Amino acid sequence: MVSEGAVVDHDFEDTGNPIHRVRKTAMWAFLGSEAFFFGAMISTFLLYRNTIGDGPGADIFNIPFTSASSFVLLMSSLTMVLADNSFQKGDQRQGRVWLIGTALLGTTFLAGQIFEFTEFVHEGLTISTSPFGSSFYMLTGFHGLHVAVGVLLLSMLVFFSLRGRYSPDSGMNVELVALYWHFVDIVWIVIFTVVYLLQI
Amino acid sequence: MAVATREQAPAAADRGLWSWITTVDHKRIGIMYAVAAFIFFLIGGFEALLIRTQLAQPNGTVLSAEAYNQIFTMHGLTMVFAVIMPIAAAFQNYFVPLQIGARDVAFPRINAFAFWLFFFSALFLYTSFLFGGAPDGAWVGYAPLSTQLTEYVRMDYYSVGAQLLGVASLAGSINFIATIFTMRAPGMSLMRMPVFVWMTVVTSFLLILSLPVIGVGLWQMLFDRNFGTLFYAAQAQGDPLLWQHLFWIFGHPEVYVLILPAMGIVSEILPVMSRKPLFGYAFVVFSGIAIGFLGFGVWAHHMFTAGLGPVAEAGFGLATMLIAIPTGVKIFNWIGTTWGGRLKLTTPMLFSLGFISMFVIGGLSGVTHSIVPADTQQHDSYYIVAHFHYVLFGGAVLGYMAGAYYWFPKWTGKMLSETIGKWHFWITLIGFNLTFAPQHILGLDGMPRRTYRYDAGLGWDGWNMMSTIGSYLIAVGVLVFIWNIIRSWRNGEPAGNDPWDGRTLEWTTSSPPPVHNFDEVPVVHHVDDFWYRKYGVDEEGRAVKMPEVSGGALTVDTDSGGEDADGDAHDIHMPSPSYFPIIASLGVVTIGAGLVFISSGAIGFALLALGAIVSLWGFMGWAGEPITKEAH
Repeated sequence: MVSEGAVVDHDFEDTGNPIHRVRKTAMWAFLGSEAFFFGAMISTFLLYRNTIGDGPGADIFNIPFTSASSFVLLMSSLTMVLADNSFQKGDQRQGRVWLIGTALLGTTFLAGQIFEFTEFVHEGLTISTSPFGSSFYMLTGFHGLHVAVGVLLLSMLVFFSLRGRYSPDSGMNVELVALYWHFVDIVWIVIFTVVYLLQI
Repeated sequence: MAVATREQAPAAADRGLWSWITTVDHKRIGIMYAVAAFIFFLIGGFEALLIRTQLAQPNGTVLSAEAYNQIFTMHGLTMVFAVIMPIAAAFQNYFVPLQIGARDVAFPRINAFAFWLFFFSALFLYTSFLFGGAPDGAWVGYAPLSTQLTEYVRMDYYSVGAQLLGVASLAGSINFIATIFTMRAPGMSLMRMPVFVWMTVVTSFLLILSLPVIGVGLWQMLFDRNFGTLFYAAQAQGDPLLWQHLFWIFGHPEVYVLILPAMGIVSEILPVMSRKPLFGYAFVVFSGIAIGFLGFGVWAHHMFTAGLGPVAEAGFGLATMLIAIPTGVKIFNWIGTTWGGRLKLTTPMLFSLGFISMFVIGGLSGVTHSIVPADTQQHDSYYIVAHFHYVLFGGAVLGYMAGAYYWFPKWTGKMLSETIGKWHFWITLIGFNLTFAPQHILGLDGMPRRTYRYDAGLGWDGWNMMSTIGSYLIAVGVLVFIWNIIRSWRNGEPAGNDPWDGRTLEWTTSSPPPVHNFDEVPVVHHVDDFWYRKYGVDEEGRAVKMPEVSGGALTVDTDSGGEDADGDAHDIHMPSPSYFPIIASLGVVTIGAGLVFISSGAIGFALLALGAIVSLWGFMGWAGEPITKEAH
């Protein structure tokens, strides 16, 4: 906010806030909303964590495997920070490498999730087996969807940057995508704890 | 800088249908919200008349039970999601940027997207009448009723329609938060903002935090109905009560979403028409924020008959009583504002006073629900119907009517007729009380809500007939309003910039305002800054008109508007029109249609694919398009 007594300027952009701050405010508001979205699904899962009916329960989880894929996802936050750092320094070439790295790590996580889901279905846990199954697949599935959207956004950033159409002022910039990506990672830490670890 | 992809021709682009379809101007989007909301108000009102006609006499034969269920469900959905929320959005879109001295909202194209998504989603909800019937599980959509009727797609329409309307509202709310927190004029600190802007902040936060919760519930309902999940399936140990929690965690903040903007409007009108500052500005603001916080902690008072146990019921009962305190504070502040003022009993003032008195009645009957044993008797009876119509019609609708009369001059440059307006007010007020006051008695006499007919001789006949007569009187009031709008639009009195001797920034610019709102961004020094530019204070504390003000340096020269050919208006870069928001919204609604028909196989998947392609076209085009195309 510009303090009282600031000079009246005829140019909109100069009296208003830098566009970055406007967009970041909106992104934080959006992430606040997302937190409640995941919060409601996590609550549902907690309600049904022992409601397994005749189907399998948490005993089918493969903790070492999921720990490894969680590590992959968390490392993608590191590469995301490095990408953001490179773009802020103006080194788009280096930044693109980190963006692609982040996207690949995200894709690896998704591949792990698909593998895991396939295993669980073989062991008899589907969305229709029990409320536990319904809420497990809904929560982790929606999280996976968020990772997939993140990978799409990262790819678009790489595409725009390669075509020379990326500028820090464009509607979708690395900083905003980074905020989103870190948020999705943090949500996974909660999910991993609540869904996988607390069941032991 | 932006790339010049097309010649900009502002003069030619100002008119015609295409200019409205592609507009990103917050004022035009506000007007479109208002028009759309009014159309849905007429549709929802028509449904209300059908309900009242059916119930006018015992054993009514106008509607079958099946039709009645659809009509009352759609009446509720329409009035909440397609009338009151968008009419609030209309006022917020038009006046929030004007009141904080901004040129537009933070994200003009997201704003356009939000409008079109709301409009198409509401229309989409109504296409259900063509394909097997409209949603018929009430606007609360309780499971397991809502998940069992799988032979129809009706409640799929409910699930998807509400989801889409929620996304639209979410986009709008994020936009307002970014706008209000980052784009205020110099000197417009938070505690100098008009109360209406403050209430927009509160409702936006309520929406972004409550919509995702019902979003989860709606997905679960859709999955239960179509993909065999077991969220609400009691036979598989799923818990139907979960839906009630998710719905009301959204649903209770939602009622404040409906009422708080109206409270903001009334807090704008009362000081102007009383010629006094708002009594206890900070108290009103903080009471609004308190209502927002407490609103998240009272949802289970809608569920007192669900068997939550005495501890939960006592806790939620107490929280509900607590929320009456900030609400009461506001009412006393409004009364304090009018106290000793030189009242101008104009139509907006009458509607505001009507708002306060009717809202008090609705609020008091609401407090009776906080007492659990009493609520157990009132639950699902017409007493509840009476209560929430007193707060939503007597409160919200009268508040928005006040806003319509207050701000119509700013929208059109013409005054609404005061004579017809007063007729409108009194007919509406009498009709409203005639309709809903008897329903208190009906409810206490045991008439259940959502019943499509009743037997004679239960002592309900007279009250029901009275209620029906009242509802037709409200309809007459609406016709009078329409007549007033048409007549005043054509040959109403010219309004000038400041017809009410206003206090806030929107009255400093022309009526209607130029595209860029203000030729010079105003600098703000006070709450009610515009008033202090016009008035000084004498030794006894009375307002004294400052003679030098008219044409003074601080008032914006109004006649020149945006036509200041060699002036500064040309240096202002306004966002360019774009057709990508409407395409993206069409794509998203088509995806929704695909979800509704997903269990019908090929049609569903075809719609999903089509929707995905159209959305991708819209969003990609949007992402690749510069905000302001260079004008040369």
